[in-house]
Amino acid sequence: MPKVTIDGTVVEVPAGSSVLQACELAGKEIPRFCYHDRLSVAGNCRMCLVEVEKNPKPVASCAFPVADGMVVWTDSPMVRRGRRGALEFLLINHPLDCPICDQGGECDLQDESMAYGLDRSRFREQKRAVRDKYFGPLIKTVMTRCIHCTRCIRFAQEIAGVPELGATGRGENMEVTNYIERMLTSELSGNIIDLCPVGALTSKPYAFVARSWELVKTDSIDVLDAVGCNIRIDSRGPEVLRIVPRLHEDVNEEWLGDKSRFALDGLRRRRLDRPWVKRGGKLEEASWQEAFTAIADRLGRLNGARIGAVAGDLADAESMLALKHLMQQLGSNNLDCRQLGEKFDASRRDFYLFNTTIAGIEDADALLLIGTNPRREAPVLNARIRKRWLAGNFPVAAIGEPAELTYAVEWLGNSPQVLAQLLAEAHPFLKRLQAAERPMLILGQGALARADGAAMLAAAWELARKAGLLRPEWHGFNVLHAAAARVGALDLGFLPGEGGKSLDAMLDDGVDALWLLGADEFPIERIGPRTFVIYQGHHGDRGASRADVILPGAAYTEKHGTYVNTEGRVQRGALAVYPPGDAREDWKILRAFSAVMGKPLPYDDLESLRAKLEAENPIFGRIDECPRRGCADLSGPKGDAQALTDAPFVSPISDYYRTDPISRASPTMALCQEALRANMPIAAE
Amino acid sequence: MLSDKDRIFTNLYGLHDWRLKGARARGDWDGTAAILARGRDAIIAEVKASGLRGRGGAGFPTGVKWSFMPKTSDGRPHYLVVNADESEPGTCKDRDILRHDPHKLIEGCLIASFAMGAHVAYIYVRGEFYNEAQRLEAAIAEAYEAGLIGRNACGSGWDFDLYVHRGAGAYICGEETGLLESLEGKKGMPRLKPPFPAAVGLYGCPTTVNNVESIAVVPTILRRGAAWFSSLGRPNNTGTKIFCISGHVNKPCNVEEELGIPLRELIERYAGGVRGGWDNLLAVIPGGSSVPLIPREICDTVLMDFDSLREVKSGLGTAAVIVMDKSTDLIRAIARLSRFYKHESCGQCTPCREGTGWLMRMMDRFVVGDAEVEEIDALEDVSRLIEGHTICALGDAAAWPVQGLVRHFRPLLEERIAQYKRAAMPRAAE
Repeated sequence: MPKVTIDGTVVEVPAGSSVLQACELAGKEIPRFCYHDRLSVAGNCRMCLVEVEKNPKPVASCAFPVADGMVVWTDSPMVRRGRRGALEFLLINHPLDCPICDQGGECDLQDESMAYGLDRSRFREQKRAVRDKYFGPLIKTVMTRCIHCTRCIRFAQEIAGVPELGATGRGENMEVTNYIERMLTSELSGNIIDLCPVGALTSKPYAFVARSWELVKTDSIDVLDAVGCNIRIDSRGPEVLRIVPRLHEDVNEEWLGDKSRFALDGLRRRRLDRPWVKRGGKLEEASWQEAFTAIADRLGRLNGARIGAVAGDLADAESMLALKHLMQQLGSNNLDCRQLGEKFDASRRDFYLFNTTIAGIEDADALLLIGTNPRREAPVLNARIRKRWLAGNFPVAAIGEPAELTYAVEWLGNSPQVLAQLLAEAHPFLKRLQAAERPMLILGQGALARADGAAMLAAAWELARKAGLLRPEWHGFNVLHAAAARVGALDLGFLPGEGGKSLDAMLDDGVDALWLLGADEFPIERIGPRTFVIYQGHHGDRGASRADVILPGAAYTEKHGTYVNTEGRVQRGALAVYPPGDAREDWKILRAFSAVMGKPLPYDDLESLRAKLEAENPIFGRIDECPRRGCADLSGPKGDAQALTDAPFVSPISDYYRTDPISRASPTMALCQEALRANMPIAAE
Repeated sequence: MLSDKDRIFTNLYGLHDWRLKGARARGDWDGTAAILARGRDAIIAEVKASGLRGRGGAGFPTGVKWSFMPKTSDGRPHYLVVNADESEPGTCKDRDILRHDPHKLIEGCLIASFAMGAHVAYIYVRGEFYNEAQRLEAAIAEAYEAGLIGRNACGSGWDFDLYVHRGAGAYICGEETGLLESLEGKKGMPRLKPPFPAAVGLYGCPTTVNNVESIAVVPTILRRGAAWFSSLGRPNNTGTKIFCISGHVNKPCNVEEELGIPLRELIERYAGGVRGGWDNLLAVIPGGSSVPLIPREICDTVLMDFDSLREVKSGLGTAAVIVMDKSTDLIRAIARLSRFYKHESCGQCTPCREGTGWLMRMMDRFVVGDAEVEEIDALEDVSRLIEGHTICALGDAAAWPVQGLVRHFRPLLEERIAQYKRAAMPRAAE
């Protein structure tokens, strides 16, 4: 490894590093605007200049490779002069409207101006003005502020895989634009707001809402898909104002999907903020006592076998466990979390997990997608697939509905019969899988949530076995979930117990009382007319519309909750704001109701509940652990691999922007849906 | 003075036939196969020994540049790219080579490509040179027809293909890596170096980019020998060079002369002298618009070669001599150049994108004198902040004319400011 002397300190750096990376290893902070770890090097801002011995001119450290014996100075007069110059040039045409700029307070240009800026301007000319562009309902542009670092262009091109941004014009007339003035067709477009080092690209829904220093920042976990993106919730008082991604190399790197980022205005709308009880066919406001009494009256009269519970897509593990315990006390085994009727086999964890892990995608060398559209179901994970694909030598094939996935895909057909052919060794792609060293397949909910789902699961496993996806050191069998709660529910066994009924059996008056914990996605209309429905949740969505009693719960930003992502990684979200009105954290509601029933659940605080969680399944004690797995036991899940039908695959997510009660309540998501449908300029303001 | 027998470009003025027949009569394509038979290393060594320095402006030794190319291919093809995007204001030498002596260039392409292991060469012709490109294409067709290039070029056993690509008229595409980007079909924006084109060039393959004139003189050097070429000119500034003399001279012209000819002799002998006599001379830009101007005192004695002009803080550049007599408003002339560089900046890197516009606007004010005297220092400082801080040399090119003006004509700038203030005074008093 080359040895480099940086400001007199000798550091050893990996060969092929840039000088900037070497300086960072040496603990020197190098200012930069255009350079970004995850994007290609542009070298255009000229802010990262350093002095390298034997070079007459300062060099851009981001683009300059290290060489053994190199001597670098990061704070010499030459360096300071170069950086001051670059900064002065950036500022002459920058509007300096910091007081009315949403980036103010978290702006790289502001920060660097403190370090390298002059105290007055020598610029006596007119400043440049640039017409703002339309990037859709999510991104506000003030292009006069643009410093042409081209990060957004490179992100769209490289990470998002939608080459819709570019620069027109030349010299000082260069403008970053999408030219066609349409919404960016990427589910990751919001990330360019974070990437923009100045206030040229800011969040449209967040425009003029708050200043960054007023916000309380809470680290949490996103639940609007099953990736478990790490987020930071920025709130002021009782309101969540902004959600931004947090770095987690193994999950989301530093990206976040647009839904997860922008659906937060849905948290303020259609909220259930007090209990409701149906009296005389009409829901009326009630107190907690009245609501609990109404439920207790009904449940007390019922046999446990006639009571059922369904856990929804956003439920935290704590409340699901509490509900499970409550149901056990009531004598019910009728539990289910599979709102879409997915056919899981929960007897072994690797039958329902994304075993390769998200970071593991980068080690794979062939991929087969079955009944999934990862771009819609998990855009951040899809970006990881694209990242792997860009590195080259990564054949991707798919069985399912053809879609634009941001990388080249060989579409094998939209019929399970293709899977049958692969199994029968009658399909050429099998050879490619077998030839690969670390092949993987991803089985989507579109493959499991269907009548022959069990056969699909068994067939996919059988294919994995046959094509060498399952090895002691490599696990290439993956289930991609779409709901944040699902893996946690499976880990908790929130499934029909001994003699218990599945969701399907509970519908059509299969039970007399149904407790819905935020469950909105199953066919509500199939609940029988005589079934007494308790809806515990945070939004007046589909489930609440059929409820006899509504118990107002907390959304994910309003409670401490544990979630397990599709890889099986246990992560904890945190309370950022309190639930609105009379709403309460969900486990507390269940705990309180159990007291009304006379048999209080045995936990009075979150710690003791979490201890129970760990007792139920030890994985809940291993926070954020997700070791790479191998597969030693090749025996497959139950199901007849031969029973595949030929019904085409249908993705469970037809509209990325509206998949859950929060995003359905969000006006921003509605605008996105509308803009995408038309993909024409609309007046969003 | 260069004697006629030592001239390389014997049809510089287009008086003779530009076609293959005429070119052959002038000695082109004579014994090309034998030259190739000397082998790659011998050709490069000969070019090195000749002391030929790149004729495009920077003056980098051509043979050394060629030797940067990998000796053996790692599987990637090698490319020669000829830079015929001649856009430097004042320069029109490559144009005359293209239209009057295209076969010299084509033969040079073959030899240079062979020396670098390239089977393919591209000539990137400036977009505005429509007729020249037509003629070049015709000459290439002739050469193919005669078996001089193509499969088994000249019977040497070397396969060689030559393509002409026309640019779209952007100055920045004359920068070698900007040219490569443009040739690849992208926006003409210079690349970061390293890696240099010899390692990662056109389509990611080892590439050498040479100026038209550098390539066109190579066959003659190899035929007549490095010793002959290096006997011309001055040490380290050897050989002949086409000078383009324009501006306030009686007879603007292109002329091939030895490097190191005194500027005064060049102007008086070939261009009919300065309009109104040598004493009417104000300043000269000796090497195309991007080098700093030199005032009359320096013009009296300076020699026209790389090192002499560098000593007087200017440069030979493309050897385009722009002569300005005393009727010239120098500030306005330099302001016009600033406008040019602002217009041609690609916009990629900060100092050039923002700085060229700033320089232009300041210069526009200096033209009328609407400035403070302190701003002369600011002007100079801004130009220094651009110079050496950019990805490519366009930043330097924009800075140097301004620096030359401030260096030699500061009193003129001050006088203009004072004049403006005097004129503004009565108005202010009202």
